[in-house]
Amino acid sequence: MPAEPFFKIVIVDESPIRAAILEEGLREAGFTSVERIGDMHNLLARIYALDPDVILIDLENPSRDVLEQMFQVSRAVKRPIAMFVDQSDSASIQASVDAGVSAYIVDGLKKERIKPVLDLCISRFNAFSRLQNELDKTKSALEERKVIDRAKGLLMKLKGLSEDEAYVLMRSTAMREKKKIGEIAQSIITASEMLK
Amino acid sequence: MTGHPLRIGFIPLVDASALIVAVDKGFTAEEGLDVTLVREVSWSNVRDKLNIGLFDAAHLLAPVAIASSLGLGHIKVPIVAPFNLGINGNAITISPALHAALMAQADGDPADPMVTAKALARVVVARKKTGQEPLTFGMTFPYSTHNYQLRFWMAAGGVDPDEDVQLVVLPPPYMVESLASGLVDAFCVGAPWNSVAVDLGIGHILHFVADILQRAAEKVLAVRGKWADENPEVLARLIRAHQKAADFIENPANRAEAAEVLSRADRINVDAEVIRRTLDGRLKISPDGTMRSSERYLLVGREGAARPDSVQAAWLYAQMVRWGQTPLTDAGLQTALSVFRPDLYDAAIGSKAGNGHSITDGVGAFAGPVFDPRDISGHLKSVEIKRR
Repeated sequence: MPAEPFFKIVIVDESPIRAAILEEGLREAGFTSVERIGDMHNLLARIYALDPDVILIDLENPSRDVLEQMFQVSRAVKRPIAMFVDQSDSASIQASVDAGVSAYIVDGLKKERIKPVLDLCISRFNAFSRLQNELDKTKSALEERKVIDRAKGLLMKLKGLSEDEAYVLMRSTAMREKKKIGEIAQSIITASEMLK
Repeated sequence: MTGHPLRIGFIPLVDASALIVAVDKGFTAEEGLDVTLVREVSWSNVRDKLNIGLFDAAHLLAPVAIASSLGLGHIKVPIVAPFNLGINGNAITISPALHAALMAQADGDPADPMVTAKALARVVVARKKTGQEPLTFGMTFPYSTHNYQLRFWMAAGGVDPDEDVQLVVLPPPYMVESLASGLVDAFCVGAPWNSVAVDLGIGHILHFVADILQRAAEKVLAVRGKWADENPEVLARLIRAHQKAADFIENPANRAEAAEVLSRADRINVDAEVIRRTLDGRLKISPDGTMRSSERYLLVGREGAARPDSVQAAWLYAQMVRWGQTPLTDAGLQTALSVFRPDLYDAAIGSKAGNGHSITDGVGAFAGPVFDPRDISGHLKSVEIKRR
């Protein structure tokens, strides 16, 4: 389905990286009119000024409640319509909630026109959270390596062991106590600090 | 033995106390329930996750339960509230500049909400004459008690909340910062945010909402009507666990422990002392250190607070009609009334305690005639300022 270049989309997201990933995806899909709002100050006024057709907001953003105000009969804007107005849409709401994205239509657009935008956002959001997970894993693996190295150094100094012997001692203790080697290393560091 | 698994959403506020204590003190486990609490950041999230079934139950704004059942603002999902998590608990906090302006205009005791509402009307007129921007008031959600309480108060003094001032939705964690930066001149919010503003020296607590309405249903334990029909036994156990928690919290001997449980990082995540003061109804109301105590600040179970009261549903529906959120119809009123379910509460608790309080009409508003839930149009006729 061809994208509509004049379909104006606003992304409300405090994470600049995720917003950039979303924007890039939308542009690749042919949506050229994409704006980002990363700072929540005066959110409504800025949205009114941009006058978008669609707003995309992260579910972890407390300002989602601010947008609810737009669905009130208001003198400030034309009556906006929430995207999911009928019961038959609960499957797509569930998909967007699962992905952590929520969308609102600010004008009376047909929901078929928003479907490709939303599908794209869901897949980009999922891709972003996979990336985030991998990053977190890598970070914690690095942290664990540092802790193990420190504990190894302590054992070498205190017990006069070689590097390999220190490592083997920690690994066998971990296996015996059914713990992770990182946990054993941490307790060695804690104990040595207490005994200082 | 593993219990019946339930996922329950909540917003970190002191009026989620009965739910959090029910889980963390093991009352739900005693009833054979294995509850996972999920902390949320917005009422829209809580509502949507409850509506589409990602949550089995939720800590929810009482008016949102009614709005969902009426299909206002989002998809229409009938919600029932078999347990009332809190009565009252909000306060109106104003900036030092607005405080000074109101005190200069106050003709009488500023503890009287009619005196402050009329003073506000004079401030509004004075600002219009000198071409200043209208005052801005923050509240938490379009379908919130905060919204209706602010409106009820100022309209009684002659201030039109849509024409004379601006009411804006602000997430509670942003309220204090917005008051400090001058984005809002005042706000109405639950605990602990009023105390935070006072402690920082940037706000005065003008009123506890109990000054405006002696009894206002604030948050409810909400479940989908369909879920309630399909899981009557599980629901009854959940209600009983909540009652035990409410009784636990209301016993002054347990307050310190309750406050400690609630203060944990994955729960409300604020200082236990602030939570303790909220539960005790003892708040610092001015940066100069003035304290105020009220027996009515927040009721978690005492004076029959836990039992859903249909008068409250009718009053909230009347406010939705008054401010143009929904038309007045018999069917609408019936839908609103059917959200609050004292029958489910009574069946689960096995008591016929009655309403447990002595407020004549169940609401106790500071202005206007006695509220009659069977005569919403009479209530609307009695007020000057309203939407058509």
